[in-house]
Amino acid sequence: MNLHEFQAKKILAGYGVPVPDGGPAETAAAAERVARGLAGKRYVVKAQVHAGGRGRAGGIKIVDSASAVGKAASELLGQTLVTEQTGPEGRRVRAVYVEEAVKSERDIYIGVLVDRQAGKVSLIGSVEGGEDIEARAAAKPGIIKTLLVNADGGAAKGAYEEFAKKLDLTGALAKKAASLFQGLIKAFVQIDASLIEINPLAVTPGRELLALDVKMVLDDNALFRHADFREMHEKDELDPVEMEAQANQINYVRMDGDIGVVVNGAGLALATHDMLSDAGGSPANFMDIRTTASSLDIAAGFDLLLTNPNVEAVLVNVHGGGMQRCDTIAEGIGISMKRSDCSVPIVLRFAGNNADYGRNLLGNYGISYVEARDMRDAVERVIALVRSEAA
Amino acid sequence: MAILVGSETRVICQGMTGRTASYHIERAMAYGTNVVGGVRPGKGGTRHLDVPVFDTVSDAVAGTGADASIVFVPPPNAASAMIEAIEAEIPVVVCVTERVPVLDMVRVKEALEGSRTKLVGPNSQGVLSPQACKLGVMSTVHERPGSIGIVSRSATLTSEIVAQTSAAGLGQSTTVGIGGDPVHGIGFVDCLQMFMEDPDTRGIILIGEIGGAEEEMAADYLKTQKASKPVVALVAGRHAPPERRMGHAGTLTLFGRADANQKIEALRSAGVHIAPNPYDVAETMRQSLE
Repeated sequence: MNLHEFQAKKILAGYGVPVPDGGPAETAAAAERVARGLAGKRYVVKAQVHAGGRGRAGGIKIVDSASAVGKAASELLGQTLVTEQTGPEGRRVRAVYVEEAVKSERDIYIGVLVDRQAGKVSLIGSVEGGEDIEARAAAKPGIIKTLLVNADGGAAKGAYEEFAKKLDLTGALAKKAASLFQGLIKAFVQIDASLIEINPLAVTPGRELLALDVKMVLDDNALFRHADFREMHEKDELDPVEMEAQANQINYVRMDGDIGVVVNGAGLALATHDMLSDAGGSPANFMDIRTTASSLDIAAGFDLLLTNPNVEAVLVNVHGGGMQRCDTIAEGIGISMKRSDCSVPIVLRFAGNNADYGRNLLGNYGISYVEARDMRDAVERVIALVRSEAA
Repeated sequence: MAILVGSETRVICQGMTGRTASYHIERAMAYGTNVVGGVRPGKGGTRHLDVPVFDTVSDAVAGTGADASIVFVPPPNAASAMIEAIEAEIPVVVCVTERVPVLDMVRVKEALEGSRTKLVGPNSQGVLSPQACKLGVMSTVHERPGSIGIVSRSATLTSEIVAQTSAAGLGQSTTVGIGGDPVHGIGFVDCLQMFMEDPDTRGIILIGEIGGAEEEMAADYLKTQKASKPVVALVAGRHAPPERRMGHAGTLTLFGRADANQKIEALRSAGVHIAPNPYDVAETMRQSLE
């Protein structure tokens, strides 16, 4: 679950990470009010969307008066912001964050995530921060430093200060950075984050550290122990179709092809996309039916696929496992086809657990389908079908 | 005798009295797996599926001599269950549970350091040595005892390759699903090592996919080995939908990695035979065994 900058900053401030004064606003008037309550004379107005690259996309404005804050906010609010991380559809701006503009002498990059290979929490830093951090790191890999930390947030005594020194933070700044890192890691562990990124962490002319921008992603699998965060969940964070699928135990991604794809398991789904694409086909969606999906869940997922007007044919490639069997999936497809009264051609390839039973069930629902012998046959048949539709 | 589990393996189940666990354990028993007991705090002293239930893993080990455990405990307590099995020094532990919080797995990894336990999973379909022991939830339709070791990050793709290797007359020594979660127990390298040492395994199939660096690590490992057995790999996800992302940290830790084609190249340069497509994995193995 992605958090907005204003939510993330509020959380980090609670762990002693210094952030500029500021506040969120959903209207221009509210933004102006926030600005009047701040001490400085220059303000930053930032679009609150779940994506990086806002600066380059025009989502951050620096202005010199509270009334100009209101004007900047009215320009941003309601706008759809397209950044390099949003995809072409962009993200609608529903809130802005107004804060004091801060002079930075140096921009540092700080990130925290779980290093999957080491199986530890990893603190990442770079002496050079900013939005083009990836390009800088690609050119000079040596600028990226890491420190592995235990799940209790513990690091060897002095490790955080050592880490600060690797980022060219010395003397009093190294001590301030060490305590900031400690707070940051504590926050990461206590809120079950999967990513916290401070970019940039500014060194101000007054030799203070300030987190100017924060990105925070929480581990969805741990939300059961953070009831308070669930309220921050934004309903429209995901594509509505994908949200609906998620609610039905299905991972679904919309794509722009014409072959609807129904697969159980992410690995087989990825392999199916490879086979389709290699054979010249074009998937309309990615679908991975989880092992926990019931036949009604699957019916809801199949409904989503049928509502996609680009779908000319459907490829069902299911290998019934111990937990998700062919008959459950057949029943889901049967329910959905029956209630939609849809006649899209289906190429069906069932193997594994209860494959025969699944085919019989579909027959009982009166669903006609093209039966494929194996995966290769299924892929070839569905592509032939789509080509004949187009001809 | 295959790897990790065989006909002598004495299995307990943690969280045995639950509905899902009961369903799968009953099937594992019917398959011939030697299930000797279960664990469910508060139900010690009772019996379930005709085997004794214990309050703790150490009680179960003392009472049954178990040397493998399968964990069906729901996410909030799955990590504690795994740690309990590790502390009871059970040699092989499979965790089937999906959606375990990642920081819980960091704690489990700490418990694994220096322990006797090989943990498989979480979010794993388990380990299967055909006709000998099923420590998992995979379907048992197409598997046949044989000479191919299979290690995989994906359950359904494993079933697919199991069916292919059986149809090709090769069969399987053992199949291992290392699980789909970012932080998990044993990985590709551990399994390659075990399969290389297993006299029953003549060839190894590795089923990888985009994300993480397991495939690259397997390639690095194989480069240091005098490959005595052919390794065939399938890496899924060359045409995966683009991933949405927030921030830069993920890519900063994975520079030059994670792309399916780069994984394929890394494995190829380590002498691994790359299956040209998912249909021909067993055929690629058959040819490389000749």
